[in-house]
Amino acid sequence: MTIGQSAAHGAARGRYEAWTPARGTEIIADHLALEGPALPIMHAMQEAFGYVPQDAVPLIADALNLSRAEVHGTMTFYHDFRHEPAGKHVVKVCVAEACQAAGGHATSAKISEALNCGYGDTRPDGQVTLEPIYCLGLCACAPSAMVDGRLMGRLDDEAIEEIAAEVRQ
Amino acid sequence: MTARIYVPGDAGAVALGADKVAKAFADAFARRGLDIQIVRNGSRGMFWLEPLVEVVTPFGRRVGYGPVKPSDVETLLDGGMLDGQGGPLSLGNVEKIPFFAKQERFTFKRVGLTDPVSLDDYLAYGGYKGLQRAIELGGPSTVEEVFQSGLRGRGGAGFPTGIKWRTVAATPPQQKYIVCNADEGDSGTFADRMIMEGDPFQLIEGMTIAGLAVGATKGYVYCRSEYPHAIAAMNKAVLAARKAGYLGSRVAGSDYDFDMEIRQGAGAYVCGEETSLLESLEGRRGLVRAKPPLPAHKGLFGRPTVINNVISLASVPFILAEGAKAYADVGFGRSRGTMPIQLAGNVKYGGLYEIAFGVTLGELVDDVGGGTFTGRPVKAVQVGGPLGAYFPTGLFDTPFDYEEFAKRDGLIGHGGIVVFDDTAEMAKMARFAMEFCAVESCGKCTPCRIGSTRGVETLDKVIAGVDRERNLAIVEDLCHTMKLGSLCALGGFTPYPVMSALTHFPEDFGRGSPLSIAAE
Ligand SMILES: Cc1cc2nc3c(=O)[nH]c(=O)nc-3n(C[C@H](O)[C@H](O)[C@H](O)COP(=O)(O)O)c2cc1C
Ligand code: SF4
Ligand code: FES
Ligand code: FES
Repeated sequence: MTIGQSAAHGAARGRYEAWTPARGTEIIADHLALEGPALPIMHAMQEAFGYVPQDAVPLIADALNLSRAEVHGTMTFYHDFRHEPAGKHVVKVCVAEACQAAGGHATSAKISEALNCGYGDTRPDGQVTLEPIYCLGLCACAPSAMVDGRLMGRLDDEAIEEIAAEVRQ
Repeated sequence: MTARIYVPGDAGAVALGADKVAKAFADAFARRGLDIQIVRNGSRGMFWLEPLVEVVTPFGRRVGYGPVKPSDVETLLDGGMLDGQGGPLSLGNVEKIPFFAKQERFTFKRVGLTDPVSLDDYLAYGGYKGLQRAIELGGPSTVEEVFQSGLRGRGGAGFPTGIKWRTVAATPPQQKYIVCNADEGDSGTFADRMIMEGDPFQLIEGMTIAGLAVGATKGYVYCRSEYPHAIAAMNKAVLAARKAGYLGSRVAGSDYDFDMEIRQGAGAYVCGEETSLLESLEGRRGLVRAKPPLPAHKGLFGRPTVINNVISLASVPFILAEGAKAYADVGFGRSRGTMPIQLAGNVKYGGLYEIAFGVTLGELVDDVGGGTFTGRPVKAVQVGGPLGAYFPTGLFDTPFDYEEFAKRDGLIGHGGIVVFDDTAEMAKMARFAMEFCAVESCGKCTPCRIGSTRGVETLDKVIAGVDRERNLAIVEDLCHTMKLGSLCALGGFTPYPVMSALTHFPEDFGRGSPLSIAAE
């Protein structure tokens, strides 16, 4: 692997495209050769636009020969897919057991306070979306978080300040 | 050969700053005009030492240093690190560190040692020997070899892998699939992640052998979206394997065809359940399917499908290369071979520990893990993820084995052990288990969907001290209904953490000596 590799995907800050039906159709077309293309399409939409726009649902339904209800049901079943644009920064904090055992309750509360944002919310100024997440596989480096696609373990006060500073940008 | 230095690219090491350390080394080498290759290896699994950097000295010795911060880099280089010289961060030969030396690394033997995405490294360290042997044996004998090894599914249920493969092999020839369950949703587990990031070719080889064994030509890895590093490593390895003829038509020059794709989950825990996973792969909501039909008969797109956990499949190359006996020779009772155990949460020496079944829980937590990192006494450990039981230290003599844990109303699941110190409030952990079930329920059956929500409300009353005994009786009743009336283990096993917390720590629920919780 190369140096300073970063995750293959993640919130590419501020680089989301604006939704257009033409671009949506193009993304769908790119995935039609796959078996079971629905999830890959939705991931690609979220990657491009930062969320899966409601207007994409009928396009996906048409292309996959499904009812709109089915596509809507699929999209809303999965925690990953956002129905509204994300904030400029996306902060996901692990709230599962191993992180709790390592003091995660206090950490997650402090992060919410430092960012002035509740879990599941996007701050009104659009600067940050804060999400709870159940395990990042960093349970031996707990508590942990993912900030704009970047992983952070053993969160302490210094790390929380670092997150807050990044979100201010 | 250019000199090599290893800076882990494992997500755990990266979360502790390994990318910054790698960059600091790259900058320092550029400044000093040194031509040294920086390999992003997997993790050795000792996370209290990460980022753990290793150098290969001119005499071929491998010497470790850790935990390394970017600001340590110049000092290390000035101190003769590249010649393996000591210093405060020097760890010597990392394989001699007791945590590592005591392990039996069958499945993790290459993880941390090699460049994970280099096929040359994989081949140099014994890779693809298992596939060669499977090609010589042919499908039916390969299935028997896996059966003889005694390998049981490492995803949680412990079902014999050989029997599953026999069932799929016995279906008439048609499109069949190998699906790898890489959803690893259990808190406290990261073994699948470490294999995918640290030795992805081994999983590819395992799936290829499975395909050959049962007559499947297509494989999917369903990896949780929380693992972007694993997905990236798997994709790179698949491309490299395909390019070298280890995937595609006539795999490795044989008469077998096999290819595979990596797919990404979307943050639903229940999609780790095998039939929910298949629904998700097909592009629908992850609603659990009723069985029968078994996935072995009607699985992905209605076709016969082997669905196995990452570790199950990654164990197969060893079994084929070294023989079923070498695997079955270690273990305990009906649990044969090794288990990659994951020590997590409030533990001093957290990480991955691969060992033969039979080691006791106490040895793992106290001797290997060194107790808690807060230095406080251990109160409880949760073994087997969010659906696993909480065990008190009184049960630390339990051997790590499927049956022994079941006898004590617990499960080993995917091998994660989460350690809690004496500040843990078990009534809150019980509430969390119910809440998790409510959030993640697929919604198909009432006991799980509604029962878990009622469980949260009722435990809230217990915690608030409202009508305790009556509400605890309701919790017990709910658990009973969920256990018996749920279609899958999400609803069916949530009673394990809840009831074990209540059974072993009644005082935390205000039973017996009314302590801690009452004040809140
Ligand atoms: C709610 C739920 C979640 C599960 N999550 C996983 C998982 O993340 N990974 C996994 O391998 N098995 C998981 N399982 C078990 C699978 O259903 C299945 O038993 C396993 O994939 C079979 O592979 P194996 O025989 O190799 O273990 C889960 C089961 C349930 C009920
Ligand atoms: S027990 Fe829960 S998760 Fe499992 S099938 Fe029923 S509702 Fe779905
Ligand atoms: S529980 Fe937080 S990373 Fe696993
Ligand atoms: S019919 Fe709706 S939950 Fe059973």
